[in-house]
Amino acid sequence: MLTDDRENIIELSYPVSPNDFSAAGDVSSKVKMLLKHLGIDAAIVRRAAIACYEAELNLVIHSYGGSITLIVSPKEIIIKAEDTGPGIPDIELAMTAGYSTAPEAARELGFGAGMGLPNIKRCADMFDIQSQVGQGTLLTIIIHHD
Amino acid sequence: MSLALYEVKDILKAEVLVGSDLLDRRVDAACGSDLMSDVLSFVKSHTLLLTGLTNQHVIRTAEVLDVSAIVFVRGKVPGQDIIDMAVERSIVLLSTSYTLFEACGKLYMAGLPGKSGQA
Repeated sequence: MLTDDRENIIELSYPVSPNDFSAAGDVSSKVKMLLKHLGIDAAIVRRAAIACYEAELNLVIHSYGGSITLIVSPKEIIIKAEDTGPGIPDIELAMTAGYSTAPEAARELGFGAGMGLPNIKRCADMFDIQSQVGQGTLLTIIIHHD
Repeated sequence: MSLALYEVKDILKAEVLVGSDLLDRRVDAACGSDLMSDVLSFVKSHTLLLTGLTNQHVIRTAEVLDVSAIVFVRGKVPGQDIIDMAVERSIVLLSTSYTLFEACGKLYMAGLPGKSGQA
C-alpha cells in the first residue's frame, strides 16, 4: 500500500532568491499550473496557490535565500518553504495580523502589511513553522485534496 | 447580482487594454485596493479587482486568486511587460480615468457588491 502510494507522489523543489522581486511569483505560478494539470479541485488549487505565493514572497522579502518544495500525494498537498536565515525571533508576534518587518521595497509593491503568515494559516489544513535565529525557518503546510 | 465586463467597461467609460474578446465574463463582486496583502487575504474568486498599482504583482496576485479582470484607475496604464503577463494569463485589463473611490462607487451603485458579508 505504502509502495503504491509512493509511486503516486510528486515532489518538486524550486530555489527562491532573496530580494528578487521580479521573479517573485514564478514558483507559485508553476505550482498552480501543476496542481491544475493534476485535476485537483479549483478551490483547493486556489488555496495552495495563495499560500505558496505568500510563502514565496516571505522568502524574497525576508530571507537570505531558500527553496519551496511541493509534494503532492493522492490525498495531500504539502508545501515546504525553507530558508537559511535570518530566522524569526518571536513567531507568535510574526503571526499577529498587521505585524510586519517588511522593508520599503516590499511595501511599494503592495505587500508587507503583516498579513502573510495569518493568510497562509487560513489557507492550510495543517500549519507548522519552526525557526531559529541565525539558522533559518521551515514553514510546512498541508492541504487535503481527496 | 453580477455584471458582465462589457457592462463594467461602459459604466467606467474604460479603455480595454487586454481581452476585448473576453468581455462576456461576469464578476459577482469587486474589491478596490492598492494593498495586495489585503487582496490576497480577502478576495474571493470571480471578483473584479480595481487598483492604482500597476506593477507585475497585481497580475501575480490576480493569477493566484483566479481574478479574471483588473481595472486600473486614475487613467493608469501599465508597462508592456505587465500587459504581456496579462495576455499570457488571459486576464482582462481595463483602464478608467475615474479615481478608485469613484470607480468603486459607480460599480456599487450599479449593483455590484463587495464581499464583506455586510449589505
